[in-house]
Amino acid sequence: MSEQTSLFTGPLMAAAARDAFIKLDPRVLIRNPVMFVTAIVAALSTVLLIKGVATGTGNAVFEAQLVFWLWLTVLFGNFAEALAEGRGKAQAASLRATKADLQAKRLAGVGDVWEMVGASLLGVGDEVLVETGDLIPADGEVIAGVASVNEAAITGESAPVIREAGGDRSAVTAGTRVISDSIRVRVTAAAGQGFLDRMIALVEGASRQKTPNEVALTILLAGLTLIFLIAVGTLPAFASYAGGSLAVPVLVALFVTLIPTTISALLSAIGIAGMDRLVRFNVLAKSGRAVEAAGDIDTLLLDKTGTITIGDRQATAFLPVAGVSVSELTAAARLSSLADETPEGRSIVVLAGAGEAMPAGGEPIAFTSQTRVSGLKIGERELVKGAVDAVLKRLGPVANADALRTIADDVARQGATPLAVADGQRLLGVVQLKDIVKAGIRERFGELRRMGIRTVMITGDNPLTAASIAAESGVDDFLAEATPEDKLALIRKEQEGGKLVAMCGDGTNDAPALAQSDVGVAMNTGTQAAREAGNMVDLDSDPTKLIEIVGLGKQLLMTRGALTTFSISNDVAKYFAILPAIFVVLYPGLGVLNVMALGSPESAILSAIIFNALIIPALVPLALKGVKYRPAPAGTLLARNLAVYGVGGLAAPFLGIKLIDLAVTSLHLA
Amino acid sequence: MTLAGWGMIVLFTVLFVALAKPAGAWLHALYARETLPLGSIERGFYRVAGVDPKAEQSWVGYAVSLMVFNVAGIVFLFAILKLQGLLPLNPQGFGGVETLLAFNTAVSFVTNTNWQNYGGETTLSHLSQMLGLTVQNFLSAATGIAVAFAFIRGFARRQATGIGNFWVDVTRVTIYLLLPACIVLALVYVALGVPQTFAASVTATTVEGAQQLIALGPVASQLAIKMLGTNGGGFFNVNSAHPFENPSALVNMIQMLTIFVLGAGLTLTFGKAVGNVRQGWALLAAMVVLFLIGVTVAYWAEAAGNPIHQALGLAGGNMEGKEVRFGIAATVLFAVVTTAASCGAVIGMHDSFMPLGGLVTMFNIQLGEIVVGGVGTGFYGMLIYAILAVFIAGLMVGRTPEYIGKKIEAREMKLAVIAIAILPLMILGLTAIASVTSAGLAGPLAKGPHGFSEILYAFSSAVGNNGSAFGGLTGNTAFYNLLLALGMFVGRFGVILPVLAIAGGLAAKRHIPPGAGSFPTTGLLWVGLLVAIILIVGGLTFLPSLALGPIADQAQVAAGTLL
Repeated sequence: MSEQTSLFTGPLMAAAARDAFIKLDPRVLIRNPVMFVTAIVAALSTVLLIKGVATGTGNAVFEAQLVFWLWLTVLFGNFAEALAEGRGKAQAASLRATKADLQAKRLAGVGDVWEMVGASLLGVGDEVLVETGDLIPADGEVIAGVASVNEAAITGESAPVIREAGGDRSAVTAGTRVISDSIRVRVTAAAGQGFLDRMIALVEGASRQKTPNEVALTILLAGLTLIFLIAVGTLPAFASYAGGSLAVPVLVALFVTLIPTTISALLSAIGIAGMDRLVRFNVLAKSGRAVEAAGDIDTLLLDKTGTITIGDRQATAFLPVAGVSVSELTAAARLSSLADETPEGRSIVVLAGAGEAMPAGGEPIAFTSQTRVSGLKIGERELVKGAVDAVLKRLGPVANADALRTIADDVARQGATPLAVADGQRLLGVVQLKDIVKAGIRERFGELRRMGIRTVMITGDNPLTAASIAAESGVDDFLAEATPEDKLALIRKEQEGGKLVAMCGDGTNDAPALAQSDVGVAMNTGTQAAREAGNMVDLDSDPTKLIEIVGLGKQLLMTRGALTTFSISNDVAKYFAILPAIFVVLYPGLGVLNVMALGSPESAILSAIIFNALIIPALVPLALKGVKYRPAPAGTLLARNLAVYGVGGLAAPFLGIKLIDLAVTSLHLA
Repeated sequence: MTLAGWGMIVLFTVLFVALAKPAGAWLHALYARETLPLGSIERGFYRVAGVDPKAEQSWVGYAVSLMVFNVAGIVFLFAILKLQGLLPLNPQGFGGVETLLAFNTAVSFVTNTNWQNYGGETTLSHLSQMLGLTVQNFLSAATGIAVAFAFIRGFARRQATGIGNFWVDVTRVTIYLLLPACIVLALVYVALGVPQTFAASVTATTVEGAQQLIALGPVASQLAIKMLGTNGGGFFNVNSAHPFENPSALVNMIQMLTIFVLGAGLTLTFGKAVGNVRQGWALLAAMVVLFLIGVTVAYWAEAAGNPIHQALGLAGGNMEGKEVRFGIAATVLFAVVTTAASCGAVIGMHDSFMPLGGLVTMFNIQLGEIVVGGVGTGFYGMLIYAILAVFIAGLMVGRTPEYIGKKIEAREMKLAVIAIAILPLMILGLTAIASVTSAGLAGPLAKGPHGFSEILYAFSSAVGNNGSAFGGLTGNTAFYNLLLALGMFVGRFGVILPVLAIAGGLAAKRHIPPGAGSFPTTGLLWVGLLVAIILIVGGLTFLPSLALGPIADQAQVAAGTLL
């Protein structure tokens, strides 16, 4: 899924071109009122053209060209939408293939007895056995066993992940493959309602509903269409006052160029492409509403670990007690960590630098929740490290315990974690483990602040440590010793003040907060409950993405606004192209309005309608890729976008129509 | 164009902006229901009327009260006009007003239009003028301000169900603002030479020795509210061009200032109510920009004069239709002011302006009279455009559009579009009907595009509740009495109802605190954007019709064509 499919490859373009015609179905078109009106007008003009040709009245060559471009306007709109849908459809097809022949080993309830059934027959609550090499048949919760699972089918990431009963890594997804061991899974989603099904529907755009903002914009565009219908519809009466008449095709051309066809044609493509950008970013939004809400976020709740600090604490200093040399402590700490595969253990070895290799006969002392220490046993010699209290407890009363505690308290005050190291009964000193703030995160928070977004760090650390990390990382605020209830309360408080809140989470106890937040991003590695509660799922389980998701939401809204502004400012030039052309027969003096000095009334009208049609495909790449987005305060963004799309929208058609008019005139098309 | 002319225009602009501040503060005191002296009189009104002044109305309740009040006003005024022959204070002994004319006049004054298909001094008794028209001059202005108050509450309130109480708003505006201000103004006018008497007329001996009967009446009192309430219905048929209704340049300046003062003040009331006075200044700045554009074009067109006349040896600007006592600049300024606000009082004949000058007056009305505008109406019209501008351009900052901390969503959009579409629908629709029916075509005096301008202006004026006449159109016919009345009614309440509905919806919404990510609705960028949206969305709609009227007219004049 993460592979980049180019937008404009031959097959996708061809499929979109074909779909553009299929979408001429009125039942499809009516979803977009402006394009529907354009299609009706095109159909009526076609009828009039045929009638004109049959009776030999009218300027058939000119009118035929108008009709041609009118239909092309509608088709270009359909094409844009089809192209946006195209990539999703290709993805959906490959997902469907995965899903097609899933088989399940349904457990009968007694021991390991199972029967093979099709996955579609599974119901919620059924238990299935999944063994090495099997595809997981349905979404569910691991109830027994541990297995490594390859989730490439969903995430595109081929490194296997561990799934085990209990805890926060119990959720499994249909279509992923167990590559070692076996697990028992209780089915949590009925056939057809699983994650895979939702993903297919999503990338395909089948369940696409207009988002609230899209609905509002559609109303505005329909309203403008109505206003222009009035403005153009009353012209024949006005012309009759002036003692003349206006040809219907000419009025049609004026009407279609004035109504906001450009933005209407691209509107759904923009929405689909916005969702698609998220999907390519390996984030699944359950609705377009969530993507829009992401742009409105005022407060970001960020988990400390993994987002603000690099996942794990790192050893940064060796602090011996009096009478012990640094090198002795360093060597002991290194030895005690050689067998420790945790990132913290590895960081101690790295900090200690080169030293003796693992001694023969060395036996690791594993960390248990009872002892809370780990280390290495070499014969009778026991080298251990662990939480200060745990090590002191293990050693019993020792003389320099208080000296060690003093060092440890100092370390804690600096926002770091102390680990005590002992060699047998000898207390050596403290290893300082520190959260390492990610490079560049301070600048990111600065950017967010300028955009008006407040960041809040969520951490289980004590307030002292939290404050120190908050200060170092530049986060606006923090919530220390955070329980899920605290998180929920914080979200509610922010929302009461009118703020929109985004967060990410993975545990079952995160579910209420995920559900309460306006944008809740659940980690794919998380529990089923968390994935149900959030309105987005991050397949890479990377909490940092929350920041990018906000950017994508903003980009979607900005693209929509930019093209709307462009479309509406286009009208000024179109008036000046068409009005003199159609009125000059009534009052020759109105030729003064022909500021572009267009060749003839016919060429002016034709040029305007050609420009109106061609601008749609010209803007398709912008609609699909989105306007350029840089984090900045709203005032700066507005100034920049107004200059590009507002002023540009005023100027572009003057230039475009003039150029087209030169071409039309020189080709003697009108 | 002269330096003195521009000096007056600049002086006027500075004065009305300066006056906006105290006016806005006073209006805010009324809006916020601060306890004021005369409180016992205020409470007495509520007791008599059985109104609980503390009761909040939902937008529906507010709208129902408003409609009941206004429709009752139409019925009452219609009855007075029909029955004036039987009623006292009728020294000239006028009979009852013809039914359709009475209907047109009743709708006209209740909707704050004051389109006059009658000649005041030749049709109406003193009672009709005072108890009929003048009362509605007050109440229609108070209604407009009440709607503005309700709209402001929509933005200022948070998660509220009510948008105020219509009866309280109307009462407070009338007794604390309009009545006292008009008493003071009327006395000032009397001191400056405007008549205020129950006498029917005065007899003068002309230089040729002939006896001339000059109509008189309670002019000063009507003049005060005609301007302050942006009503525009003159005591005399020629309105403020009559020396008794506008005796001097000083009175002329006071009249123009009082047209603008309340409309401009409301923008600052709004800013104060929403807790950021810069929001109000931004709206006022947009109004000033549009106003100055209009004045510049019109003044330039009139000062440049008519090339046909100049070819015949008449040098200088176009003096036709000007108030000769005050000159081109003052007449143009008055014309732009009266059409920018929905006043409609005139001191010149807009019909006789150069076509482009006439275009400015017409265009001002067609924009919805949001350039300061009628009391209340101009302000809420401007806010509708602000909502539209925020929605169109607001997305470009990457957030759901919001204005003053309120999200602009589908419901607001639907209602704003209705409020905006009403104007072209009625103006262009009714003009189209008049353009193709013989009854309609019988109206205009002129031929060609100028005649078309006369029709277009009439319906623009009616639907926009302006009430000024281009002149040249015979409006007192069954056809025009009915269609103009229809235009006035729909043009007034077809906007007020969606505005109240938006207010109700906004009041119920949460407030989003402004931040660096919020769309900026203060500052130059926003003012420029707002002006551009008004011109493109509001203005361009009328470009085709204007092309066939004044623009074609101007082109013919330039080419020296005579019809």
